[in-house]
Amino acid sequence: MGEIVELTGLKDGEPVTCACALGDLSDFESVPVDRRVMVIGGGITGITSAIDLGNAGYQVMLVDRLPSVGGRMLQLSETFPTLDCAQCTLTPRTVESGQHPKVTLKTSCEVEELKGEPGDYRVRIRQKVTYVDWNKCTGCGTCIQKCPSQGVSLFERDAGRMTAIYTLSPQAVPNKPLIDVDRCRYLQLGKCGVCAKSCPVGAIDYEQEESFFEAQVGAIIVATGFDIYDWKNKMPEYGGGQITDVIDGLTMERYLSASGPTAGAVVRPSDGKVVKEIVFIQCVGSRNPEFHKSYCSRVCCMYTAKHARLYKHKVHDGQVYVFYIDIRSTGKGYEQFIQQSVSEEEIVYVRGRAARIYQEGEKIIVQGSDTLSGRKIEIAADMVVVAAAMVPNEGAQELADILGIKCNDDGFFLEDNYKLSPIETGGDGIYIAGCCQGIKDIADSSAQGSAAASKVQVFLSSVRRQNQEAV
Amino acid sequence: MKTVISRSQVKGDFVNKVAEISGENFFDCYQCGNCSAGCPSVDEMDLLPSQVVRYLQLGLEEEVKNCKSMWVCAACMMCHARCPKGVDISKIMESLRVLRLREVGAEAHIDVTDFSEEYLARAPQIAMISGYRKFLPL
Amino acid sequence: MKYPYFPGCTLYTKAKKLDDAGRECSLKLGFELEELPDWTCCGATFPLVNDQHITMSGPTRILADTKDQGNDKLVTLCSVCFNVLKRTNNVMLNDEERRAKITDFIERDYHGEVEVLHYLQLLRDEIGFETLKEKVVKPLTGLKVACYYGCLLLRPVKEIGLDVMENPTIFEDFIRALGGEPVEFPYKVECCGAFQAVHSMDTATRCSRDILRSAKNNGADVVITTCPLCQFNLDDRQPEIQKSDTAFSSIPVVYFTQLLALALDLSADDLGFERNLIDPLPLLKEKGIVA
Repeated sequence: MGEIVELTGLKDGEPVTCACALGDLSDFESVPVDRRVMVIGGGITGITSAIDLGNAGYQVMLVDRLPSVGGRMLQLSETFPTLDCAQCTLTPRTVESGQHPKVTLKTSCEVEELKGEPGDYRVRIRQKVTYVDWNKCTGCGTCIQKCPSQGVSLFERDAGRMTAIYTLSPQAVPNKPLIDVDRCRYLQLGKCGVCAKSCPVGAIDYEQEESFFEAQVGAIIVATGFDIYDWKNKMPEYGGGQITDVIDGLTMERYLSASGPTAGAVVRPSDGKVVKEIVFIQCVGSRNPEFHKSYCSRVCCMYTAKHARLYKHKVHDGQVYVFYIDIRSTGKGYEQFIQQSVSEEEIVYVRGRAARIYQEGEKIIVQGSDTLSGRKIEIAADMVVVAAAMVPNEGAQELADILGIKCNDDGFFLEDNYKLSPIETGGDGIYIAGCCQGIKDIADSSAQGSAAASKVQVFLSSVRRQNQEAV
Repeated sequence: MKTVISRSQVKGDFVNKVAEISGENFFDCYQCGNCSAGCPSVDEMDLLPSQVVRYLQLGLEEEVKNCKSMWVCAACMMCHARCPKGVDISKIMESLRVLRLREVGAEAHIDVTDFSEEYLARAPQIAMISGYRKFLPL
Repeated sequence: MKYPYFPGCTLYTKAKKLDDAGRECSLKLGFELEELPDWTCCGATFPLVNDQHITMSGPTRILADTKDQGNDKLVTLCSVCFNVLKRTNNVMLNDEERRAKITDFIERDYHGEVEVLHYLQLLRDEIGFETLKEKVVKPLTGLKVACYYGCLLLRPVKEIGLDVMENPTIFEDFIRALGGEPVEFPYKVECCGAFQAVHSMDTATRCSRDILRSAKNNGADVVITTCPLCQFNLDDRQPEIQKSDTAFSSIPVVYFTQLLALALDLSADDLGFERNLIDPLPLLKEKGIVA
């Protein structure tokens, strides 16, 4: 298994293990290079690209550095403007990407090096250590139930906890656990070993080492997504992460999620009390060229209105205040969604920024202004949700350097032409889609995912024609 | 309250002068209100700091000239310290004050005889000197 | 080590205690503040309009004198003087047009060569808070101190560069070095009302009230400041605050050099506490800092 992987591009003396966790690449390599595509990033955008290409008959390798696919969307509660459950809409697609005969998932993997040329790339991939032999593992979850070590959850953000051996989310694809080395008692202290003892198939492998392999592909789609601006360290005026009951929008998604750590109850992180007065602040770190990010993060107006509405569905007698500067609701049905939220839930939209937040006893004091009434506004809230700027995912610049593509000043991948060739990166063979190119919502992300899949097919068919002509 | 605005008003002499001596471009401001949210003097103001800039954008000379806000600004620079566009409103407020104090027959905004002996005995010189400079005709 | 020193008007008179303690402490810490000869007032305001140069002639002359006497640094204790001198120096360093006008007028050749330092900066960057800690004789154990920065010590941040704007720590680090316990309070960089004390007393009273309430709510025993105007507003507004808020109990407001002097075991009798409206001595005695 996995032995067919070509090992060119590796330096002498480097570990060359491509068995166990790697899985089988024989399907992937059963077609000519000009029918193989790599998609980097397994969020909604990358999954869309991968499934489209798979359905078109291409062999796709979907690479993600996280242990399972689904990306940010899997963390969301319900999605605007229709309030569909994010997991319910996304899980069929993550499952499809995992079961699709033409799609090979390579999770816990990172791109290390790119060689070759458009139509014939050689991508060196690092398979990170999981300490679990995924070929043996059946995904029964016993190890997770037995693990005695707990910590802040990567998936639930500040809202929940996870064990040292974990899957990112309950419906993880692939549904195989891995060990967080920093939290594992056995790996840190040499004592414990509960997971190894409880595993019925002996899949735990504390001695596992990282490995490398090389994939040969005709084209690459980059869809590495976004992260949340580091508001905690960069915005002391909003408590600098020191006020427990000030959270960001992505964490709020976990509170609102029925499958989240509070089963959808909106309670204060500090004391578990139900939140009666809640303040949302938009444009936190966005639209601020002097100190933070100059751009508009584009989806915050919508998800804040959604948060406000979902909160009111849970706490009927609660009061919502939203500090906003402008409402940007340009998608189909979006403006109606905002208007309906405000009217039906009687949300007080306060037109102005909040200058600062501080704790005063049990309450969080928010000082802002309302430029419509010409008043300075102060609210004593139970909880504050900041709609922090969205930024390119960590490591975007490094990946751009590896792939030979460019980033703009804010770190988003640079398209060839924003209007006429937004998917292209200047040359052939490498395409960008989703939030790594610029902040966008799910609708636009999946549209770009499909667009990238389409661009790849156009490019690879021209490669095939050239190859045939050459013959 | 209907107000007719026009090119000559938006680009009026007074507004231009304020822009010139403050060195600030009012059109940098997108009215986010952060200055007003953090201003310590708003309780005594008739126009919020962001409104002063708004009125300047519209060229509302008389309203701005006669506002109380410029006189109660303490030049603490909190507005500037947090402005996402780097607009220094303390300079705009000072420009408005200075233009009033330079007018022929400008009135004094403080009177030293109003202060009690006891007060004068304790108030630091820096308070008096900066007070004279901010509130007496130039 | 000698540092050229600019006391300024207020420190020569009404804030003499800020000055005295600063000078005395420097000797204990192994450096000397050498008063600039024939200094004049700094003007107490930095001009915030671009067409007003005359008010910068005073501070420029002070800076040029400092340079002509062979110095490259100038130390101040008063936040106002510090701000005015520092900002004027920035103009002389960076703004060719304004520099030309000012130097023509005062007939001096000055290009911003002097570095203006606040005493706190000197302690942090040149002496070091670790060294200061070692020199402490009577640590301020158990004293909860609200370190009030105000405006002019910090802002504008890009020009002043003493510390960050929203959550500075230099003052807290200083108190920790003295063995005291700094308390975090959200109003530490808010304005006290400043010169509105001679114009809109309501502003000064309300601003001072908010700062003092915040300090007290967060457990402070005492508020410290570097600025005579802040000290005046925060101390002298308290009777007025009590008139509208009977629940408000007073809190002493002292200069940072006064606490420094106590930690270095200088006599409280020489620190001019009698000038404080809210007497800090009962508190200092209760805490065992003053016998």
